[in-house]
Amino acid sequence: MAPARRSLVVLGHGMVGHKFVSAALDRGLTAGWDITVLGEESRPAYDRVALSTVFAGSSAEDLSLLPDGHYPDPAVTLELRAQVTGIDRAARSVTLADGRVVAYDVLVLATGSYPFVPPVPGREAENCFVYRTIDDLDAIRAAAADATAGAVIGGGLLGLEAANALLNLGLTTHVVEMAPRLMPLQVDEAGGAMLARHVRSLGVQVHLGASTEAIVADERGRVAQLLLKDREPLDIGVLVFSAGIRPRDELARACGLDLGERGGVVVDEHCRTSDASIYAVGEVACAGGRVYGLVAPGYSQAETAAEAIAGGARPFHGADMSTKLKLLGVDVASFGDAFATTPDALELTYADPITQVYKKLVVSADGTRLLGGILVGDASAYLTLRPLAGADIPLPPNPENLILPAREGGAVGIGPAGLPDEATICSCENVSKGEIVHAVADGGCTSVPDIKGCTKAGTGCGSCVPLLKTLLEHELTKAGVTVSKALCEHFAYSRAELFDIVKVTGARSFSDVLSSHGTGRGCDICKPVMASILASRHNEHVLDGERGSLQDTNDHLLANMQRNGTYSVVPRMPGGEVTPDGLIAVGQVAKEFGLYTKVTGGQRIDLFGARAEQLPLIWKQLIDAGFESGHAYGKSLRTVKSCVGSTWCRFGVQDSVGMAVALELRYRGLRAPHKLKSGVSGCARECAEARGKDFGIIATEKGWNLYVGGNGGATPKHAIELARDLDDETLIRYIDRFLMFYIRTADRLQRTAPWLEALDGGIDYLKEVLVEDSLGICADLEADMAKHVASYADEWAATIADPEKLKRFVSFVNAPNTPDPTITFVDERGQIRPTREGENGELRIVAGPTLKVGAV
Amino acid sequence: MTTLDSGLHAHPLTIADVTTWVDVIAEADLPTEVGVPALVGHAPVAVFRTYDGEVHALSNLDPKTGASVMARGIVGSRGDVPTVASPLYKHVFDLRTGRCLDDESLALVRFEARVSGGVVQVRGANG
Ligand code: SRM
Ligand SMILES: Cc1cc2nc3c(=O)[nH]c(=O)nc-3n(C[C@H](O)[C@H](O)[C@H](O)COP(=O)(O)OP(=O)(O)OC[C@H]3O[C@@H](n4cnc5c(N)ncnc54)[C@H](O)[C@@H]3O)c2cc1C
Ligand code: SF4
Ligand code: FES
Repeated sequence: MAPARRSLVVLGHGMVGHKFVSAALDRGLTAGWDITVLGEESRPAYDRVALSTVFAGSSAEDLSLLPDGHYPDPAVTLELRAQVTGIDRAARSVTLADGRVVAYDVLVLATGSYPFVPPVPGREAENCFVYRTIDDLDAIRAAAADATAGAVIGGGLLGLEAANALLNLGLTTHVVEMAPRLMPLQVDEAGGAMLARHVRSLGVQVHLGASTEAIVADERGRVAQLLLKDREPLDIGVLVFSAGIRPRDELARACGLDLGERGGVVVDEHCRTSDASIYAVGEVACAGGRVYGLVAPGYSQAETAAEAIAGGARPFHGADMSTKLKLLGVDVASFGDAFATTPDALELTYADPITQVYKKLVVSADGTRLLGGILVGDASAYLTLRPLAGADIPLPPNPENLILPAREGGAVGIGPAGLPDEATICSCENVSKGEIVHAVADGGCTSVPDIKGCTKAGTGCGSCVPLLKTLLEHELTKAGVTVSKALCEHFAYSRAELFDIVKVTGARSFSDVLSSHGTGRGCDICKPVMASILASRHNEHVLDGERGSLQDTNDHLLANMQRNGTYSVVPRMPGGEVTPDGLIAVGQVAKEFGLYTKVTGGQRIDLFGARAEQLPLIWKQLIDAGFESGHAYGKSLRTVKSCVGSTWCRFGVQDSVGMAVALELRYRGLRAPHKLKSGVSGCARECAEARGKDFGIIATEKGWNLYVGGNGGATPKHAIELARDLDDETLIRYIDRFLMFYIRTADRLQRTAPWLEALDGGIDYLKEVLVEDSLGICADLEADMAKHVASYADEWAATIADPEKLKRFVSFVNAPNTPDPTITFVDERGQIRPTREGENGELRIVAGPTLKVGAV
Repeated sequence: MTTLDSGLHAHPLTIADVTTWVDVIAEADLPTEVGVPALVGHAPVAVFRTYDGEVHALSNLDPKTGASVMARGIVGSRGDVPTVASPLYKHVFDLRTGRCLDDESLALVRFEARVSGGVVQVRGANG
């Protein structure tokens, strides 16, 4: 006879309850057990950590940890809206609110915790909430719609998150904290003060050391005022309590299980309670005298309990309470012995009230070991510092460099190579460096997704993914596996290698390089790359000869292709400067050809809706009016934005427009791995946003500061200082070197920011190469740039002058006077736009500049 | 009658009528590995000559967007297949069949192409 199946009952389907079931399934527990999960909420477990994203538009489904609503194994039953009201230990059964009784052989308590609501008189008023479930947030949102101000009681981690939510809901927001600082559990006084500065600068009113006396309701019973001791009352329409959590241990208490001093069900290292058939995991458990309010220890406990029930052992010996978060856009991290409780521990602190950064390292008495730390305002060092905390790894000789900003000669990155194997890389899933190294060396993992699948690292909060990537690359390189740099199936070389091949062989055509170093016929990846390399080397016309067949979408017709196959035209306006006559000429062209007109984000004017065959006609007029190509289509210099500078502005200290114009004219037409943008500001107020550019220049009393490696776009990066107080000539020399070095060594479509990030040695190395000329290549780089500047010619002027090149600007080769009938427009706000699906567009026949174009 | 479905912006272009060969361009003027646009009946068609001298004709309408742009795509190869990549979202198509190599649900309508008396000619493939 087969052994009888046993019954495993799980109370609570929150994050940890769900993790427990997954861990049980991983261990094949359902071979002998039926699992019943009883959860009180109306939804299956969801990502409570990401709860606040509900306000940013996440749906309950997005957050769900079990979107199907059931587990793939039929032996697991999940019952929602099932509140358990009692445990009968003698009968080994639990009772539900609806009176049903469910028997268990083993019971797992995963009931989490509830928000503590302090006994403030009047707290029953309407529109007083806690911040724990999706339903809570839905209710807060509804109440906020009729309110103008709100308050959060509690300035801890969750309280600030709730405050951020109220702020985003458009309320005047107050945070009331009894302690003299924010986040008293994670940060020290100085860190708390810095945090308060940040939070206040966002418009949140912070009341520290404030005790709540009463809540006053209006005549309809809704919260109206919060009375504080010795302070002005706050007028509010919404109140959120976030004054800590308490374990939901009421069932355990009622059935006589041992509880901790401050609550929580006491468990041993296998997460077993004082009753051997009952386990407790997550926020309801008190392990080693401690209740953990974070998800990572709960996950670890879930694995421990599942392992124990499966007959194994995976003891839980406490967990890392390190936290890193972004609260109200402010980075805050706290790890290890953050409060320097270790005897004789030393504290190294760095505080900069201007950038609002505070960093503290706690080190051992002899200064050789890291014990913990606090980072506020800039927590970028967290990932590499955390694994060092408490580990037996010697610190570099000047540990203060670990927290000093890069420009002060600091920037000591402790790379992943320096970490010991037992260092925790992913604290959510508790994966060590050793496990990851093993997965790469022996598990055949060659990508971050592989590692995620193999070790689960990176599948929680995701904060460790950048570290995983660096570690992976480091390990692969060490193992002699070349991380494939092949451009595509036709070339087994990286862009930088191809650049060298072209330089060394002096090759002048794609076909030459393909036959000597490639296979097949090329594709839309390698052809534009070769076109760009050849252009950077030789600066010949991009449409000449074979080069014409290599160009990417926008270079093909020297204009930007739009969604309906028409083109946009952008004449260059160096530095954003344009004369009235120039403006009129541009307007005239737009009017004549019926083009949609818009000022771009790059300080110039874009004309949209031109057909291929109209482009030469349009450019003829623009060139006659003194314009030239703006290269909006090229992987090349786009714009050098300027602010008005000392010429007009009362604060300007240098002629920023003049410099922007000079730079734009110098580097126009320069082909690069990706587009290049620049900006010049006339003073530190930075109105030209120069530090958001690939190379940005900011005027000083003494000259110019040069910043490199910035961009906007999807992953904005501030440019980093390369050199300061330069005169005009040195500035230009350094930029020449910088651009040419980038062009030679960057990957395809790699902008300067990621290039700089990947550069071994980073900005310090770049300074050595470009400023100190450590490689002795600066003269060569400058010569390359001089060649470019001397050989520049306007592409559009050359195109118009060459009948051969003009051949491709036709609607149809066999009907050059028939406009493409599929291109139609409709009218919007007095200009044209492409017809959308389902609309009846009008066909606008435009054969040439002499034909008048009516509005449509 | 076959209706050319150009995807999003369905233009009712019929090709069944184009049963006769339409002159497109002098063979000498057709560039290698750069497409040219042609009008065949009412249909915009992209005509290509590959490296080995083969001439292919496909609808000029990118099936993803309906925009008339395929002749401006980059010609190349994937394995042994001669290809053109749409300039808009870079889907790659087999020049011989119009099949999309990246997304099975997309295809370019194929036309017949030949060189006759020094002239490149195109007609509907089912004509
Ligand atoms: C026209 C314009 C929008 C506007 O109406 O203002 C625009 C339009 C396009 N941008 Fe942009 N960007 C425009 C200013 C910007 C700016 C603002 C600026 O330059 O100060 C940015 C952020 C700054 C930056 O680049 O760092 C910007 C960041 C991007 C990005 C993201 C780049 C990144 O590194 O993350 C892309 C995508 C890309 O290049 O891969 C992009 C790509 C594009 C493309 C090329 C997308 C495409 O392939 O069709 C758009 C077509 C250009 C065209 O003319 O048809 N555009 N784009 C602006 C033209 C500026 C000009 O005069 O040349
Ligand atoms: C807004 C917010 C942000 C957070 N941010 C972070 C963070 O950044 N990092 C971090 O580590 N942690 C964070 N946490 C904490 C984290 O969410 C918790 O540690 C984690 O959810 C605990 O999981 P749990 O399963 O123990 O409890 P819960 O997720 O609360 O699950 C317990 C479940 O049991 C149910 N239950 C309780 N009693 C019964 C009963 N008698 N019968 C049936 N069902 C019952 C409850 O309804 C609940 O669904 C955050 C929490 C919140 C609210
Ligand atoms: S950056 Fe300086 S000079 Fe330029 S406009 Fe702003 S305040 Fe004036
Ligand atoms: S640390 Fe959260 S996923 Fe790795």
